[in-house]
Amino acid sequence: MDRHDIKIAASNVQVHYGETHAIKDVNVEISDNTVTAFIGPSGCGKSTFLRCLNRMNDTIQTCKVKGNILLDGENIYDKRVDPVQLRAKVGMVFQKPNPFPKSIFDNVAYGPKIHGMARDKYELEEIVEKALRRAALWEEVKDRLNAPGTGLSGGQQQRLCIARAVATEPEVLLMDEPCSALDPIATAQVEELIDDLRQRFSVVIVTHSMQQAARVSQKTAFFHLGNLVEFGETGQIFTNPKDPRTESYITGRIG
Amino acid sequence: MSDHIPRQHGASLLTKTARTKKRNAAETRFKAYGIVAISISLLMLLVLVTTIFSKGLGAYQQTFITLQVELLEKKLDKKGNRNLADIKKVSTFGYAPLIKSAVAAKVEELGIESGLKTKQMAGIVSKGAAAQLRDYVIAHPERIGDTVEFRFLASSRVDGYLKGRVHRDRIGNDKNISPEQLDLVDGLMAAGVVNKTFNIDFIIGADASDQRPEAAGMGVSMLGSLSMMLVVLALSLPIGVGASIYLEEFAPKNWLTDIIEVNISNLAAVPSIVYGILGLAVFINYMHMPMSAPLVGGLVLTLMTLPTIIISTRAALKAVPPSLRDAALGVGASRMQAVFHHVLPLAAPGILTGTIIGLAQALGETAPLLLIGMVGYIASNAPDSIASGLLSPNSAMPAQIYEWAKRADPAFYERAWGGIILLLFFLVAMNTVAVILRRRFERRW
Repeated sequence: MDRHDIKIAASNVQVHYGETHAIKDVNVEISDNTVTAFIGPSGCGKSTFLRCLNRMNDTIQTCKVKGNILLDGENIYDKRVDPVQLRAKVGMVFQKPNPFPKSIFDNVAYGPKIHGMARDKYELEEIVEKALRRAALWEEVKDRLNAPGTGLSGGQQQRLCIARAVATEPEVLLMDEPCSALDPIATAQVEELIDDLRQRFSVVIVTHSMQQAARVSQKTAFFHLGNLVEFGETGQIFTNPKDPRTESYITGRIG
Repeated sequence: MSDHIPRQHGASLLTKTARTKKRNAAETRFKAYGIVAISISLLMLLVLVTTIFSKGLGAYQQTFITLQVELLEKKLDKKGNRNLADIKKVSTFGYAPLIKSAVAAKVEELGIESGLKTKQMAGIVSKGAAAQLRDYVIAHPERIGDTVEFRFLASSRVDGYLKGRVHRDRIGNDKNISPEQLDLVDGLMAAGVVNKTFNIDFIIGADASDQRPEAAGMGVSMLGSLSMMLVVLALSLPIGVGASIYLEEFAPKNWLTDIIEVNISNLAAVPSIVYGILGLAVFINYMHMPMSAPLVGGLVLTLMTLPTIIISTRAALKAVPPSLRDAALGVGASRMQAVFHHVLPLAAPGILTGTIIGLAQALGETAPLLLIGMVGYIASNAPDSIASGLLSPNSAMPAQIYEWAKRADPAFYERAWGGIILLLFFLVAMNTVAVILRRRFERRW
């Protein structure tokens, strides 16, 4: 379980939004079975960088990505790579819970369905149950799988989105501030979940909350003004930062 | 703050300051303007609806004269062998004497005193009566020699007299009716021979010649409008929705798509007559499609409706939150799957509403139809008139109304108003369907 292989290796990544230089020469290595946290003040580029990892930035026309991002040694920005196939491998959970306006079951089943992961209804039901169990939601919703996903509470919706993301069996799970719209209890549940998910996936989480980063992650990257300022073991970043900017941020002087 | 009134500390909340009073007064005034504006528009609507109904409802009633006609064998089938070819040789002129004698017989039977000649007496019956009689005889040759009861349309003047449109003291110069004839009508009415009843033929019947406004109906032009709407729906919905989805979800945002977008908005504002002359030039002069055909009308109206559908569809697609597209892409759906599985179902009510509103607009459009000749004069009733379908000449509801309003006889004027009631009925029905669809399919997210 504790193989710390490199899952994603990004080198010299530059991102431009039209005239804006959003990410400047970022090099980072994300290990397998590890939670990596991206922290930093608003607008520092951490979400932008996260969205580079599954090419969600492709949908933004003005966005140009340069540099190499290797997933298991393959460049995901290679011309031959179909972003749709990539996103099946690199799942994503968004800031605001965004379940489809469909039933809870259909929400989770959608990914497996379009990827042809189930041969029949029973297999699909199994996949859905497994995903909901992994997202720690099964016990709460097992009696109302046909109820609309949008009718759940905020925390449940976010766990539904996590279930939806893990149902397609991704290898990497990207989470863009998954708890920012949740109350402390729901946040605690999701954080506990993230720790479980680490067993099977490589998890990358963007967060505003330094406490959250300290609680859930093993590695932390600090972004500031588009630069990756410091990247290292979470414990080291929070107790013994090497860069003065990191220290100012975690002690609350900037950001 | 433009003027500086220092706020006083410790002032009582129970008294209003000058500033508060001013603000409250402004708000009250604004509300009053709104109420006045709405009252005026409601009043206008009321005036419009009352006018339409008071002038148009008359068209749904018609005066009929019930007569017993003796189908004389010596007039209709001289040889007496019931040969259909021979019977058909007798034209409507041959039937006119039968009607004359039927009227005369009725007057005599009821003992009404009238100084009129037989020919003048028969003048109260519609000129179409002979044709009605002939059609019956050709359909039932075995009844020749019998006496059969018929309900003939009364002439439009008699009809107008019963509806209060024709007045005794104002018909001095009217060749078509005389006070003596009106006396006769009064007499026949008292005996129940002449009566006014609901006229289904106005709704299902065909147009009639200038001489017989009493027989004119909207039916065939309704069929023309229906076939045009089918063409419009079949073409503009897939093309419009497809174009919108491409422009909104797939097309790159550059100067070319910007120009297209601006032009679509401009096209929505182009006067409809321009589409008419375009249709005339392209579909009829260049492509040699038949004139007056519902297919051409439908094509022209499709061009006119497309911008409306595209604009409303794009608005509906824009209203779907982008987080939903992200969600779909995030689990590995393709762009097309994201659009068709998630975006389109949410945008459907908006798209449907826009389409129905566009169709309703097309249904009421007159000007382009005049240019491509969709004012065909169709006198044959359904089903003969629909058998030849999209390529045969036809009219449309608004064009038919325009035609009637143009004709000299005031009896047609009443029918034009009656036609407007039908047209409005369809427009209201379509808008109601739009509202129901919106309610029915609206889903929250």
